[in-house]
Amino acid sequence: MNHSVSMTVNGSKRDGNVEPRTLLVHHIRENLGLTGTHVGCDTSQCGACTIMMNGKAVKSCTVLAVQAEGADIMTIEGLAKDGELHPIQEGFWEEHGLQCGFCTPGMILSSLDLLQRNPNPTEAEIRHGIEGNLCRCTGYQHIVKSIQYAANKMAGAAGDD
Amino acid sequence: MYPAAFDYHRPGSVQEAISLLQENPEAKILAGGHSLLPAMKLRLAEPGAIVDLGSISDLKQLSLNGGATIGAMCTYDALLNSNELETMFPVLHEALAWVGDVQVRNLGTIGGSAAHADPAADIPAALVALEAEFVVVGPNGERTIPASEFFIDIFTTALEPEEVLTQIKLSAPDGNVVSAYEKFPHPASGYPVCGVAVVVTRDGSGNVSSARITATGSVYVVTRLTGAEDALTGTGGDASAVEAASERATEGVSEFAGDHYASSEYREHLTKVFVKRALNRALGN
Ligand SMILES: Cc1cc2nc3c(=O)[nH]c(=O)nc-3n(C[C@H](O)[C@H](O)[C@H](O)COP(=O)(O)OP(=O)(O)OC[C@H]3O[C@@H](n4cnc5c(N)ncnc54)[C@H](O)[C@@H]3O)c2cc1C
Ligand code: FES
Ligand code: FES
Repeated sequence: MNHSVSMTVNGSKRDGNVEPRTLLVHHIRENLGLTGTHVGCDTSQCGACTIMMNGKAVKSCTVLAVQAEGADIMTIEGLAKDGELHPIQEGFWEEHGLQCGFCTPGMILSSLDLLQRNPNPTEAEIRHGIEGNLCRCTGYQHIVKSIQYAANKMAGAAGDD
Repeated sequence: MYPAAFDYHRPGSVQEAISLLQENPEAKILAGGHSLLPAMKLRLAEPGAIVDLGSISDLKQLSLNGGATIGAMCTYDALLNSNELETMFPVLHEALAWVGDVQVRNLGTIGGSAAHADPAADIPAALVALEAEFVVVGPNGERTIPASEFFIDIFTTALEPEEVLTQIKLSAPDGNVVSAYEKFPHPASGYPVCGVAVVVTRDGSGNVSSARITATGSVYVVTRLTGAEDALTGTGGDASAVEAASERATEGVSEFAGDHYASSEYREHLTKVFVKRALNRALGN
């Protein structure tokens, strides 16, 4: 039996009707048409499917769409505001934090969770914070630099207030 | 990968959950989903119905008054954010911080970890070393199961199929208590190849009056290492006493886990090494 689900996605209310076994990542990609969220391993390991659910990074291949009833979801498409890249996106651009880009949406949202908790992380804390995200291209070094760039930029912006 | 089809229920109370479990003998409880959903996607589990505890807000409460009463649906992340819980039970905080990665900690629950009884789970080691009590509610009402009787075997606990684990209770530390959790993570999965939790109480003169030492990962179900506990009790807890205790750590343990990554002989050896590391750190040696 299908279930109706309703959630806020990138600020807009989105209703749907899904089989209970539909994974949140498939609902987002196939029903809502937001394909920035990727499926990598499909076994909860790689973090390519990471989204923000109620403000926290989660692997959307390991959540049922029906579990997200009433949730506040943000995908990578919701991060830039008014056409302006978020500092983390800018960091990945400036510091070459991606090659093929497959891991990037998940990597960026895990970085967002990290910087929300710890605005000024050490290199070790950054590497620990992205433990749930695998990258097969970069060797991580430039990802770490990208997150450091974002932390610096966000600290500067906070200082301007 | 899709799980096999199932009916989905989202009860608003524990009583409603129990009725649903009674009506649907094929049903499985869903908590954080971070063990159950991967198993369902691989079709290792094909429950006919799912009873999702996600809307029962009582189960997400953490109350601290002397000891701790932890709702089964508290996520690892929610518990890691409690400074009071960390101060009172640092060994639990250490074990929570070791679980998986941030995404897993944002959804996985303490009750799910306990009920699943994965032989390589981190949390049960801390809960057994802290002598936690497990409050479960079923068709015949509520009962409380001591840690020593809760974990029975690989993926097996004292929970009956129609029972819900609702709370985990920890008594406040009594006297001078020190503790530590040490883990050798599997390089790919992050689960413990061997994890050891120690909770040691010292008397007024600094001697060890009681020790609770547990192993996970190296054994098929979380196990109290009574040889090491006995060896340490009554000593001054110095490095030589710890050495002697670690030598006796595997006494009476009937079987060590072994697989293509780490043989049972190696895990037995690791258990001794991690008992020593955890005790030396806890006791400040
Ligand atoms: C990538 C990854 C890495 C991980 N790494 C680790 C690690 O390093 N260490 C570690 O310890 N764990 C690890 N885990 C497992 C994780 O901790 C799980 O969250 C945990 O094992 C199960 O908790 P859950 O809330 O997700 O439960 P679920 O998966 O929802 O449920 C697990 C089982 O318990 C039953 N159940 C759940 N709640 C209750 C209840 N209240 N009453 C009765 N039955 C109940 C369910 O029916 C099911 O059978 C990892 C998981 C993933 C995906
Ligand atoms: S696709 Fe979800 S963790 Fe890899
Ligand atoms: S950039 Fe290719 S996987 Fe990370």
